[in-house]
Amino acid sequence: MNEVTKIDGIGSSVRRTEDKKFLTGKGRYTDDINRPGQVQAYFLRSDVAHAEIKSIDTKAAQSAPGVVGVFTGSDIAADKVGGPICGWVVPCRDGSSTKEPPHPLLAQGKVRFVGDAVAVVVAETMEQAKSAAELIDVDYNELTPVVDFVKADEGAQIHEEVPNNCYFDWELGDESATNKAIESAAKVVKLSVRNNRLVPNAMEPRSALAEYDSLDESYTLHTTSQNPHLTRLVLAAFMFAIPESKLRVIAPDVGGGFGSKIYVYIEEAVCVWASKKIGRPVKWTADRTQAFLTDCHGRDHVNDVQLALDENNKIIGLRVDTVCNLGAYLSAFSVVVPTILHGTLLSGQYDIPAIYTNVKGMATNTVNVDAYRGAGRPEATYLLERTMETAAKEVGMDPAEFRRINFIPKDAFPYQTQVALQYDIGDYEPHLDKAMEMIDYSNFEKRRAEAAKRGMYRGIGMSSYIEACGLAPSAVVGALGGRVGQWESASVRVNPTGTISVFTGSHSHGQGHATTFAQIVADKLGIPMENVEVIHGDTDKTPFGMGSYGSRSLASGGSAISKAVDKIINKSKKIAAHLLEASEDDIDFKDGKFVVGGTDKEKAFGEIALAAYVPHNYPLETLEPGLEENAFYDPTNFVFPSGTHIAEVEIDPATGVVEVVDWAACDDFGNLVNPMIVEGQVHGGIAQGIGQALLEDAHYDENGQLLTASYMDYCMPRADDLPSFKVGYTNTPCTHNDLGVKGCGEAGAIASPPALINAVIDALSPLGVTDMSMPATPQKVWKAIQESQSVAAE
Amino acid sequence: MEIKDSYELPLSKERVWAALNDEQFLKRSIPWCEKLERRSETELAAEVKLKIGPMSTRFTGNITLSDIDPPNGYTITGNGKGGIAGAASGSAKVKLIEDKDTLSTTLSYEVSAQVKGKIAQLGSRLIQSTAKKLSKNFFGSFVKQLEDMDKS
Repeated sequence: MNEVTKIDGIGSSVRRTEDKKFLTGKGRYTDDINRPGQVQAYFLRSDVAHAEIKSIDTKAAQSAPGVVGVFTGSDIAADKVGGPICGWVVPCRDGSSTKEPPHPLLAQGKVRFVGDAVAVVVAETMEQAKSAAELIDVDYNELTPVVDFVKADEGAQIHEEVPNNCYFDWELGDESATNKAIESAAKVVKLSVRNNRLVPNAMEPRSALAEYDSLDESYTLHTTSQNPHLTRLVLAAFMFAIPESKLRVIAPDVGGGFGSKIYVYIEEAVCVWASKKIGRPVKWTADRTQAFLTDCHGRDHVNDVQLALDENNKIIGLRVDTVCNLGAYLSAFSVVVPTILHGTLLSGQYDIPAIYTNVKGMATNTVNVDAYRGAGRPEATYLLERTMETAAKEVGMDPAEFRRINFIPKDAFPYQTQVALQYDIGDYEPHLDKAMEMIDYSNFEKRRAEAAKRGMYRGIGMSSYIEACGLAPSAVVGALGGRVGQWESASVRVNPTGTISVFTGSHSHGQGHATTFAQIVADKLGIPMENVEVIHGDTDKTPFGMGSYGSRSLASGGSAISKAVDKIINKSKKIAAHLLEASEDDIDFKDGKFVVGGTDKEKAFGEIALAAYVPHNYPLETLEPGLEENAFYDPTNFVFPSGTHIAEVEIDPATGVVEVVDWAACDDFGNLVNPMIVEGQVHGGIAQGIGQALLEDAHYDENGQLLTASYMDYCMPRADDLPSFKVGYTNTPCTHNDLGVKGCGEAGAIASPPALINAVIDALSPLGVTDMSMPATPQKVWKAIQESQSVAAE
Repeated sequence: MEIKDSYELPLSKERVWAALNDEQFLKRSIPWCEKLERRSETELAAEVKLKIGPMSTRFTGNITLSDIDPPNGYTITGNGKGGIAGAASGSAKVKLIEDKDTLSTTLSYEVSAQVKGKIAQLGSRLIQSTAKKLSKNFFGSFVKQLEDMDKS
């Protein structure tokens, strides 16, 4: 498919058509939208992590200037409004299921994290709402907060329904075979790693604008969502018990999500509820502090790893025991992230005959933890690739060679792992070789020696990752505890003049779907890309769809579009056959023209479209007029992008600052539709991974106060923290979707943290440093250098 | 967060102890204190205005005295609500040790403080220095007043 590269077809680096509005500041986000009579909501949030609410006095706030309503949990309870739901649960080792405590829209009786919403004040202006909230007197009976998730089972019980603060205790794989492999191993490499807690930090904070139409008893909600249809389903069916048709959800331009905007949060639900209660449109927009406190955080795992090797350094077993922090309430996908999206990835790119993993998901008095770019797969890759590097060093092999001898061989595909997944295709040595070549791996020691002359420690580290994305076969999802289907939808409408409107169930919040999806349609129909418009994000316009997360938009959403276009082409052939007085079987479609094979008789695509809508000469007795087709595509497997990233760093021993001096990323994403957009995704993903590895760390103190709640204390990567990335590709096209595509949205964030930490450790290895936790801040690195020197001095 | 310090005063223990239990004297030692009223033997009501980093906040709260051991010391505990800025609480263990030979008294204190809400989220890095400064100011001016009184 990549052979014929047309100017605007598949494989062409077309500039993003959506960028004109974004780069000129003309994007239209939820907070840009205003409605006549609109009022502002402000949430009073708990400033204690764990407490019983003895009383809430809202009297003074009720009569404050501009206030139109003050509501608490009891008002929500009185209206019997449900709370957010968990979209995926897993079975526990003891046969029970995941414990699912209720999550009320406003706290009822108890608060469970700093930021938990206690009351909402609705007023004419935000200032008035905030001022009135100060007058609310909440009397708390403070309880001991549970902050350290590793010891959460010993702490005060947070939910009645969750004994020992353990939401689930899940396992996957063959424990006895794995333990046997460990017992009989020539060598067992042991490593404990922590995956640091991250704040998602989408550029646009969350926002909601809800209005109620009392005449037809319907609601419209504008909100920052990655999946407006799921938001509508949850709000209508699970919270308000109203028909979906009475709620329209629009996710207009959305400024980044990274997972954090998948879920239905309490704020948008409260706005919907209050809009009817008050009879006026209600808007809420988070400020940055609220985003830090209440957006679902990411990661936060500790993993104990045991890797068993035989005498030839071949892996014979892997055991991983994980404890993860899920926070105060279960969020939509918080259970699936550390289990299904983590445990099933533990085979990585390696042929491992026995794998076992156990994951305990703990409740703590911190905000909910859920998917964040990569979602489970970065955690799996981090622990595995850190262990691979450590093992290579312990057995005295070059890390590349150690990986190479353990790769799943090219001829072993489809490859059934010991952790449920079956990889359809892959070829791992080419991207390892290419990445090594890109970074000039063979001459690294010369560079290390040259750096040493300047007094700098130089190191190199790699990571060969695999990712399961393109969520996902619905039957598999169901069998694994998912409560949703994971197909995607598309509706392709050919307009009478031959232009196309594509309605997709995917949602773009930075991915560039308007460009990529238009390229697919233009390529398949042989028409200019500017004739194709992509519409998304409005439940009244688009077919029911699952939205965008898990690198699924192209593999699932793009495949649905491709299927719908195929149906358009099939119907068009019938129309063409009629117009050209030929048999349908003799019609060939190429470059936008329907041709009778072996003749010069042809009809352009536009002529077919016109005939379909002005059916004066048309086979009406056998064919419906019009040209519009829907497709619902349910993938038959996950897609499995893979690749190798190699990082090179220099560390200044005087300051402990790690400079990322070079980066080679070689990825196999299958076919590329728009290489420029793919490269942008790789850059963004690596930047986020570098942020996790060197800078970012969400930190709660022992009282459950979030200390990193602003950019003064939470360090995001900036341009000068990043090198110029070398990006390359290999290609084993996906075998089970028409486009041969995989997914690229999360790969960079998955691959990069272990590569970078491996490089940092390699740089410090002459000092005897063998481990470094994330983030490798200057302080931590400097301390490691000092400690190694004091050890050396002794 | 913990802060410790001590002062030596050329006064008898009883004299210092009396001052520690005189709310008017205490109030004069706290320049940022807008109100300090005794409610009972062991309870006082207070209003203070503090600036922590970028935030200027008025705290209203209660002060309780416990572990009272006249004239050797007590523990003074405060809880303050600062509205939208959050809340702060802290306690100071105050001990008086007299040196009979020099007729002086050493006042030592150990403060522990906690903050909640916006102050914790935005000002956590400023709390230690602020609390240190406030403790120093209070005990410093308390001691200075005592010394001045002694001179006059």
